[in-house]
Amino acid sequence: MSEIALEVRNIVKRFPGVLANDHVNFVLRKGEVHALLGENGAGKTTLMNIIYGLYRPDEGEIYVDGQKVTIDSPHDAIRLGIGMVHQHFMLVPVFTVAENLILGAEPTKGWSLDLKAAREAVRRLSAQYGLEVEPDAVVEDLPVGVQQRVEILKALYREAKILVLDEPTAVLTPQEVEELFVIMRQLTQRGVSIIFITHKLKEVLAIADHITVMRRGKVVGTTTPAETDEAGLAAMMVGRQVVLQVEKTPAKPGEVVLEVENLEVEDERGLPAVDGVSFEVREGEILGIAGVQGNGQTELVEAITGLRHIRNGHIRLGGQEAPERAPRYLIEHGMGHIPEDRQKHGLVLSYTIADNLVLCTYYQPPFARGLQRNQAAIVENAERLVNQFDVRTPSIFTTAGSLSGGNQQKVIVAREFSRPLKLLVANQPTRGLDVGSIEYIHKRIIQMRDQGVAVLLVSAELDEIMSLADRIAVMYRGKIVAVVEAGQVSKEELGLLMAGSGIEKARAG
Amino acid sequence: MNKPASFANWKLFWKRWGVGLSVAGVIIAAIAYYYARSPQATEAVLASTLRQSVPLVLGALCGLLGERAAVINIGIEGQMLMAAFVGFLVNVYTGNLLLGVLAGIAVGALLGLLLAFMSVTLKIDQIIGGTVINILAIGLTGYFYKVGLSGHGKLNAIPLGPLAKIPLLGPVLFNNPPITYTAIILVFVVHYVLFYTPWGLRTRAVGEHPRAADTLGINVYLVRYVNVVVGGALAGLAGAYLSLEAVGSFERLMTNGRGFVALAVMIFGKWTPLGSWGAALLFGFASAIQTQLQFGGKVNIPPQFIGMLPYLLTIIVLAGFVGRARPPAADGIPYEKEG
Repeated sequence: MSEIALEVRNIVKRFPGVLANDHVNFVLRKGEVHALLGENGAGKTTLMNIIYGLYRPDEGEIYVDGQKVTIDSPHDAIRLGIGMVHQHFMLVPVFTVAENLILGAEPTKGWSLDLKAAREAVRRLSAQYGLEVEPDAVVEDLPVGVQQRVEILKALYREAKILVLDEPTAVLTPQEVEELFVIMRQLTQRGVSIIFITHKLKEVLAIADHITVMRRGKVVGTTTPAETDEAGLAAMMVGRQVVLQVEKTPAKPGEVVLEVENLEVEDERGLPAVDGVSFEVREGEILGIAGVQGNGQTELVEAITGLRHIRNGHIRLGGQEAPERAPRYLIEHGMGHIPEDRQKHGLVLSYTIADNLVLCTYYQPPFARGLQRNQAAIVENAERLVNQFDVRTPSIFTTAGSLSGGNQQKVIVAREFSRPLKLLVANQPTRGLDVGSIEYIHKRIIQMRDQGVAVLLVSAELDEIMSLADRIAVMYRGKIVAVVEAGQVSKEELGLLMAGSGIEKARAG
Repeated sequence: MNKPASFANWKLFWKRWGVGLSVAGVIIAAIAYYYARSPQATEAVLASTLRQSVPLVLGALCGLLGERAAVINIGIEGQMLMAAFVGFLVNVYTGNLLLGVLAGIAVGALLGLLLAFMSVTLKIDQIIGGTVINILAIGLTGYFYKVGLSGHGKLNAIPLGPLAKIPLLGPVLFNNPPITYTAIILVFVVHYVLFYTPWGLRTRAVGEHPRAADTLGINVYLVRYVNVVVGGALAGLAGAYLSLEAVGSFERLMTNGRGFVALAVMIFGKWTPLGSWGAALLFGFASAIQTQLQFGGKVNIPPQFIGMLPYLLTIIVLAGFVGRARPPAADGIPYEKEG
């Protein structure tokens, strides 16, 4: 028995045009939580997919328990005691917990599934590791935190000794994160070794025994929470000093720009998603909408930006009800939108950057001359904005689809901010971006506010809401459960509000 | 158990089975009424209902095996037609009915393999893949069919001893040719496999969330191939039924849209074997009553209109009487492995 659970040596993985893993070395000790930290695209997930047999490395070796192994498929990984909880859960939504648990390794009685044994297994493992779940519950009805437990149980059912958690906290409330950390501690005490992938610095410092930082496919270094701090880790991740704290002056709210009154909106299935929401956003202030994903924020933003029918209520822009809630009307009246899904709603991926930069204005002079496009003006516009907003691209004629996430977002920000705005609606503006790009986009949003633009910021990242917003509205199950002044509320209180308790209860408890 | 509890159980029982029991009650009452008035006609209609439902239920089983694993098969019509033709040819040249049936099954399975290759390996749009099979079957059978070929007999009814002598039930249920019996057994076999075996669990997982299945070491491609090929074999059996059991010879386009009606049957049956069987019986009844009406001579409606009955039913069913059936989430989407 060695002290080392898993070791990878000199792993190289190439994708067309990218060196995703460049001679990566990594050592996981038994019973530790080892954080793997890095920006998006640093190669963390690639490395884990190699360990879990989803990708094959081009070079390098993997050792489990001191033995050299080859892992060609998840099957091999499972056999070697490696379990993985993916960022996007790998659960069959219409199956029960028990069915999900046994899938692929089913207990049988004769030719039949032994569902009784499956339920037993759920109960046994639940009790053993303190992970409470109901075996007969259908997974799609469970909250995400519980679904995550099912994922962990799945790995434990396959007797995983090494557990890879890929961005496990991205979908959780702060309280659920705490619970997860407790579970992780319990698991390590029972000899499970955990690889914890994340880009959140605070979490790493809170839970990890060792921290390995990756940047652009390479391991930058390994450290411990005792030896470093947030700023140090951020610098390792990005390769330069990063300002983590957003600097801003107090807001100077002016006239009401956006007024939402008793808004009701339905989701795709015709169920109420936004249920009687009222609020207003003034010039020169940022209203943050906090909430766990899927509590109606998407539908709210789509209603405000004219992308979804409203069932009831009013939305007024500059005191005027839009005569027809067409996106073009709203855009021409000074609304800017940074959509939640930048690839689906923010950009036309197969268009060039230059064309994407005039998506809202292509039909107006100077970009149009009668029925024709004015290519010279479009090019001039693109060159100016790419410079001004620091979009890293080989050319303005590169397609938007080939840019990195951070640069795609910069193109959207450049397009929206280049028009005269009265209202900016930003939905998850920094999701999936690296620390450097986040810093940049935050600075730009504050700049807009200081120029007198009303900003509606929707984010599931509490840190983002708390550092940017002047007022915070918490959304839970389609309703706004509280509106609080930023700076007068703690993260814990917000977390409780996001989980549905009222403000008094949150303050009390 | 105390009284309130058992009362609650009754309520629960009624909530779950009430609609089904009511419908069954009405059907049984109606059958009894008509049997009392005209035993022969009732027996004839019911027996015909069961037999007309055979190709539909086999086709629906083929469709749902595929779709449960996320492969849409609209080539059922072509698989049936080709199997009917080849089964018939084998019977013509060997004089052996069993060989004909086996040949039909094999042809159906082979076309299933072709569909699986196109939609799983090549990741061609599945609707186009199925259409290719339909056109292929129409073309090949039309080109090679020669008028005047005659087969050697057809599969005859096998009365199941004393069971066949029970009034009404006997002639309807226990005096059928072999493929009809087989189809009924297959309904329950597929139901068992799909919902009570590891293979079924994996099939459904592959249809709902293939990546999840993949990460658990399940071979998504293999599961899809096997289901589509087995489904093809069932469609082949349906084809053999048409040429070797129902008619005893082959005609051009003899499937007459049954492969498509089978898809409606599958959807009406909510992608379940038992539901599909019920739906197939309903469609079978529409066909049977149509024959009865045409030849009973009592109703004065042009036969062309009566002949529309099953297809009208298809449109009505598909237009919205399906209820909130939910197809498998990944239905029709080719699976791309990462890396």
